[in-house]
Amino acid sequence: MLKIENLQLGFTSPTGGVITPALKGVSLELAKGETLAIVGESGSGKSVTALAITRLLPTPPAVYQGGRIFFEGHDMLSAPDAELRKIRGGKIAYVFQEPSTSLNPVYTIRSQIAEMISLHRPDVTDIDAEIIRWLDAVGIVDPKGRLHAYPHQLSGGMQQRVMIAMALSARPDLLIADEPTTALDVTIQKQILDKLRELQRELGMAVLLITHNFAIIKGLARHVAVMYRGEVVEYGETEQVLRNPVHPYTKALIACIPRLGDHRRRLPTIGEL
Amino acid sequence: MRSHITLLKGSDKNPQASRFLRRFLSNPFALPAVVMILLFVLIALGTAVLSSFGHQWPCDPNLTNLEQKLLPPSSLHWLGTDNLGRDVLSRMLHGAYISLTVGVVAVSVSLGIGVLVGAISGYFGGLTDQILMRSVDALLCFPTFFLILTVVAILGPSLINIVVIIGLVSWTGTARLVRAEFLTLRETEYVKGARVLGQHSWKIITQHILPNAAAPILVTAVLGIPDAILSEAGLSFLGFGVQPPQATWGNIIADGKTYLLYAWWLNLFPGLAILIASLSFYLAGDALREAAEGRD
Amino acid sequence: MGSFIIRRLGLSLVLLFIISIISFFIVTLTPGSPYPWGELNPKISAEVKANFRKKFHLDRPLHEQYALTMRDLFTGNLRSIKDDRPVMSRIMERLPATLALNVTSILISLSFGTLLGVAAARYAGSWQEITGSFVTFIFIALPGFWISYLLAIVLVTTFGVPILGTQSYGIDFPNAAADWLDRLWHLLIPATVLALGGIAVQSRYLRATMIGTMREDYIRTARSKGLQEEVVLYKHALRNSIRPIISGIGMLLPALISGAVIVENIFAYPGMGRLGYEAVLERDYPTLVALNFVVAALVLLGNLISDILSAAVDPRVRLE
Repeated sequence: MLKIENLQLGFTSPTGGVITPALKGVSLELAKGETLAIVGESGSGKSVTALAITRLLPTPPAVYQGGRIFFEGHDMLSAPDAELRKIRGGKIAYVFQEPSTSLNPVYTIRSQIAEMISLHRPDVTDIDAEIIRWLDAVGIVDPKGRLHAYPHQLSGGMQQRVMIAMALSARPDLLIADEPTTALDVTIQKQILDKLRELQRELGMAVLLITHNFAIIKGLARHVAVMYRGEVVEYGETEQVLRNPVHPYTKALIACIPRLGDHRRRLPTIGEL
Repeated sequence: MRSHITLLKGSDKNPQASRFLRRFLSNPFALPAVVMILLFVLIALGTAVLSSFGHQWPCDPNLTNLEQKLLPPSSLHWLGTDNLGRDVLSRMLHGAYISLTVGVVAVSVSLGIGVLVGAISGYFGGLTDQILMRSVDALLCFPTFFLILTVVAILGPSLINIVVIIGLVSWTGTARLVRAEFLTLRETEYVKGARVLGQHSWKIITQHILPNAAAPILVTAVLGIPDAILSEAGLSFLGFGVQPPQATWGNIIADGKTYLLYAWWLNLFPGLAILIASLSFYLAGDALREAAEGRD
Repeated sequence: MGSFIIRRLGLSLVLLFIISIISFFIVTLTPGSPYPWGELNPKISAEVKANFRKKFHLDRPLHEQYALTMRDLFTGNLRSIKDDRPVMSRIMERLPATLALNVTSILISLSFGTLLGVAAARYAGSWQEITGSFVTFIFIALPGFWISYLLAIVLVTTFGVPILGTQSYGIDFPNAAADWLDRLWHLLIPATVLALGGIAVQSRYLRATMIGTMREDYIRTARSKGLQEEVVLYKHALRNSIRPIISGIGMLLPALISGAVIVENIFAYPGMGRLGYEAVLERDYPTLVALNFVVAALVLLGNLISDILSAAVDPRVRLE
């Protein structure tokens, strides 16, 4: 369904001179209904890859230098704007890291979700009922009462649930979740990830999960791609990679996962393995 | 850590200064504006200096010659003559000096008051701050030009009166700015440390806080000059500015009011002068503001 | 929302009080003769002067003068030196014309300023935007009286557009519509001249705010939903950027009235700016005190309205 071939991307400096490479030939694949996790530290290029898929990176300063991206037969890098806009939201939806700033503060959550539904699903007649259904599906208590709330009136966990509801309300084929739980409490994290898994199974959609936390992908993602400095350094089935990591970076990442009974004082770095 | 380094008095501010300069110059209007300002200052000062030695160029701005009145621009009178036969170019050169004086002095007055009020308000806070700021809010409700006009009319129009009054009416912006800077900077570790060490309030204010507020204050000053120039021009136009026979750009236009339909040069040239002078200061001020904002 | 309005009203009343103090003392404390005629004019007898002093409370201590003048002002007893009519009625006569002029000006400023600001933010950095910025700076630096004259000449000689006063005298219009159109023409030109500065300031302010807003996360979310760029700009970005613009309306007012003093003079428009100029010429101090007060009070009202409007637009303001 989604195929990224050797994507190369860079960013130009503010003065316009130097182009700093961000993605140095990234290749990934995702099949329908499956989950792929992209794991890596900050700056590895995982968010950039996710945004590049629907050309959400502002093109100055981003520069597409090479490679192809295919989604359900569309050539994403050369698709015309109208086509791109139909895919965004309708086929590929995003959930971002910071729910408090990713929702528009001056509109109610009802109006923001309604915008999504009326744009991509014109067949829906009772929009309010549909919104309530989705809010309920993501686990928001008393969705009817929350309908006209503003984002700042909700907790972080609820805001993220709203974002997920909004993303899913257009019934996309692919959900790209960029560090969806990083900004939330650990207790909420698990709830949200479980909910995500449940919804994915119900809707049969594919999920691209971006995270720096290796610990959460087990049980969630069938395949994993490990990124380091703009390149995919390891790629395979999650079970396999966790048991037998090949690349030293992957080994270091896995070794950093905290375990019960762990008495280490310092987390290992690549050079030490 | 960075804030500590920035606030150290006497620290090497050069890397900051050169970054500031580079940002300033990256604005496409910055350099032309500065050139125009320098030109304006040179012309104004040059004219004043020359005339203090008795030299008038191209000729005496107050020399009337009724036979030569209302002549269009020619090789003899580059910008024409006015209704009393006086050479417009000479009058405009002297008017430049008036405009420059008004701009600089009025801004100095407003800056002085504004910085003082803002510093007191921001540093000491509490009731003083509340009273001062409510007064600023109230003062801001008055249309400045109308206020200036009222007072100048009662007091009598003279150069000193005008500049002082313009200054007295325009300090509010600076006060608010300085107060905001003080509110932020007062809470920094460095200033708190200085107070613990027993440094006198006044010293803290002048040595540590003010230098950091310097850039926004400079921007307000540069942007205040064209406001003062435009106010004086308006006053002159209404007859309450610097009085004849002293030439100002505003009163050349005022004199030419009646003959507007056929003596267009009495309106066009001084108007253009006011426009270009104000524009240069506004453009320079805007570039300065952009450079200052990108600083931190 | 209700508590916000009450708080703002309370603040406004305090400011109104301070304004009344400033209006009074600025005129009274300014050194200069309080009499509209020369001090040494032999034709005015001591008796006349004494009566004058009594009438305008000049024989009382300053704070009493203030209280009495304010009382006179509000009860309509404050009389103009010029024609002994109550000052307030003279001001009220001019109020409709002034309101019409200012409201029109503000509408022009806001609409064009917004359009230009959004366009400037969208195309920031391009040569068109830089040229546009240059033009807005020219608007700000333009002396009002200069452009008024140039405009007047051009419009009258080339287009025959009627401009002086509020309506063309001596012409009987066939119907109400034509009459209104004529009034509109007379209003539009001074309003536009006054609005030029406002357009420039608003558009620059909006441009800066929008550029900042466009970098926010929720704009990325809006784009990821597949919305058209226009919708992203006007629906999502603008509503978040408009708040400083709406509260800025309050700031526009003093500048408008300042400019009106000159523009009304040139276009012979019978508004309060013109009244002020006439009062200044005649040294009509009661009128000056009252006028300063009324104008500042109007500005205060305008600020109040614009604050309430911005609270309506942006729910976060209500918490302040």
